[in-house]
Amino acid sequence: MNSKTSNNIATGVIYVLVAAVIGILVFLLGYILWTGIPHISWHFLTSAAQSFRAGGGVRDQLFNSMYLLVLTLIISFPIALGSGIYLSEYAPNNWFTGLIRTAVEVLSSLPSVVVGLFGYLLFVIQFNMGCSILAGAIALTFFNLPLLTRSIEESLQDVSQLQREAGLSLGLSRWKTITGIVLPAAVPGILTGIILSAGRVFGEAAALIYTAGQSAPTVNYGDWNPVDPASFLNPLRPAETLAVHIWKLNTEGVTPDAAAISSGASAVLIVVILLFNLLARMLGNWMYKKMTATR
Amino acid sequence: MTKIITSKDVHLYYGKKEALHGINLDFEEHQITALIGPSGCGKSTYLRCLNRMNDLIKGVTITGSIKLEDEDIYAPQTDVVNLRKRVGMVFQQPNPFPFSVYENVAYGLRLAGEKDKHVLDERVETSLKQAAIWDEVKDHLYENALAFSGGQQQRICVARVLAVQPEVVLLDEPTSALDPISSAKIEDTLMNIRHEYTVIIVTHNMQQASRISDKTAFLLNGDLVEFSKTEKMFIHPDDEKTSDYLNGKFG
Repeated sequence: MNSKTSNNIATGVIYVLVAAVIGILVFLLGYILWTGIPHISWHFLTSAAQSFRAGGGVRDQLFNSMYLLVLTLIISFPIALGSGIYLSEYAPNNWFTGLIRTAVEVLSSLPSVVVGLFGYLLFVIQFNMGCSILAGAIALTFFNLPLLTRSIEESLQDVSQLQREAGLSLGLSRWKTITGIVLPAAVPGILTGIILSAGRVFGEAAALIYTAGQSAPTVNYGDWNPVDPASFLNPLRPAETLAVHIWKLNTEGVTPDAAAISSGASAVLIVVILLFNLLARMLGNWMYKKMTATR
Repeated sequence: MTKIITSKDVHLYYGKKEALHGINLDFEEHQITALIGPSGCGKSTYLRCLNRMNDLIKGVTITGSIKLEDEDIYAPQTDVVNLRKRVGMVFQQPNPFPFSVYENVAYGLRLAGEKDKHVLDERVETSLKQAAIWDEVKDHLYENALAFSGGQQQRICVARVLAVQPEVVLLDEPTSALDPISSAKIEDTLMNIRHEYTVIIVTHNMQQASRISDKTAFLLNGDLVEFSKTEKMFIHPDDEKTSDYLNGKFG
């Protein structure tokens, strides 16, 4: 067999494998959207879920997912930023840093059910938080931290060493060089990382079943006082998210239109995640162009 | 002539490997001194000792003494940040920040606490003029510095250093990545500022050294071979090795 034929065969095999991956993706997306989109309507997005009657919506679940995401980011971003800066800028190359990196990797590969049960035992039971958005957000922080830390560390690493030298040689302290020069230059990458990790948080269900809970109590969207139990902003109320709602409809849903709601909710979930990804791309590209002045 | 930097018996080791074997060099105030020599002779390494940029490299040990005026810059009580404010640096690759031209030049001042818009405007303009780039950027001050050509970026970097008004400006082969026309403009810039700043420039371009410098130091394999007035060195070098290098017999 000459090198030309072997090259053709190799290329052919690669094409087939890629086609298989794309095929699966297209099939899944197509199926979810095809079966779900007909059920999405303005009414579906803006009305509360029904327990026994048909015609319920996903308003509260959609809001809960968003709110949970925001809370998770508020908790995890500062920690991830700090550790990302440490790993990229300060950490010496020794066994301890290696240990931290391994720990981060292990954290990111923990099964989400395990994290959920851990959160249930520690926060919900031990700390007496009850099933609440906050407990859910802390559990999700466990997933989010490794992803965010990694992406922040990598974005910082991508900033040229020349930039650091330029800052230091101007008489800036190391901290000012990092916050004033390296960090702004890394913003496009960091932003992309945040949005991508947001997609994962948004779709998470297993870790939330026992932490954020499976019930969506009626909340008052006009009540802006976060300590009021009826307020939609109260972080200590239980909150069923979209992904948990889908899981619940399929396991114990008793409404006559459970299948339809589940399909619609799945489509909403997928669309939101796709939008996140698209947004991440566009924002990243736009900022990169702005930062590097490429036209 | 007052000496602004004096260095005695400077040895530098990368791990165990000795890269500088005891350099004694003094720099006079408000003069341009050129460091020349073939690649790997230690000229950039030596230059980076003068503002402690070698601190950033792992495994580097430096012995001997380097004094800026009367202060030992390697003394434990030396504030490196302050030292680098007094001894600025321009690098081989133009490395403007990914901000506007104005922000690039004003950045050091801003972080030093200058808030007065008039002072900033004035200093930005003066620095850009000193760096011979004002005419090219004055209508584009708020455009990203990275949108300009390599030669323009390098002059923006020079302006950025001048804006914080250091006493000494170190240049590490500032024109080796540039075309001849841009290089000539950088040389003009250096000629412009020679009476206000002490300039130390590493170059592998001997013509450049002869055109702009008052004194020249020739380094070879980590040793200082010869240090004298540029004119004298290029016409009557004392050492045979200098003569061979200047005549292109090696390097």
